[in-house]
Amino acid sequence: MIRIQQEAFDTGAEIAEISKGRTDIGAIVSFTGLVRDFNDGRNITGLVLEHYPGMTERELAKIEAEAHQRWQLQASRIIHRYGNLALGEPIVLVITASPHRQDAFDAANFLMDWLKTKAPFWKSEMTADGRTVWVEERTSDIDAARRWQK
Amino acid sequence: MKILYFAWLKTKLQMNGETLPWAAERPDTDSLVTWMQERGPAFAEVFSDRDVVRIAVNQEYIIGNTPISEGDEIAFFPPVTGG
Repeated sequence: MIRIQQEAFDTGAEIAEISKGRTDIGAIVSFTGLVRDFNDGRNITGLVLEHYPGMTERELAKIEAEAHQRWQLQASRIIHRYGNLALGEPIVLVITASPHRQDAFDAANFLMDWLKTKAPFWKSEMTADGRTVWVEERTSDIDAARRWQK
Repeated sequence: MKILYFAWLKTKLQMNGETLPWAAERPDTDSLVTWMQERGPAFAEVFSDRDVVRIAVNQEYIIGNTPISEGDEIAFFPPVTGG
């Protein structure tokens, strides 16, 4: 399941919902990305996230489908926010549910790595001195995504 | 054709997008980019480094030169930075 939304989400509530009424799930892994107050030596006061409506949904659906192809997943959830985000707020949530922990761990890792290099979102940072800085891609993210290439 | 710009491309060009008529002089993405580079200083700057401008046609990433036609949605954007 994929959701792209402006409003904040509650990681705990989302995890509870994914396993509600089910007894076949053995493992749930979740990753929550938060807005932190520093990046590349800059003091950050907030983020603005832009995305490409339409393409974002398509890319995330493809990434999720790929994870279900590669691992034994019973459920998954990707939530990504856009718009103005304050410090400490959640940006992104990935949840994977599987009978076995390794599939849940690996699939969650894969979903985040691929999302970061494929989903059309762009971050700009509000800096303490009042500037707006577009975030640049990281080589480490590209390398992380590359390890999942077949 | 619907043209869309995102992130710093949008900021530098001061527009979200525009509608362009299909033209025989720009039948594919390579010729469209070349045409963009010759439109003026802001466009020349944005499209100066082909490696940093990603292209999607009809909301799909393209690899290499791709034919375009009337009715297509063509988006230009920098490497993504979500997550």
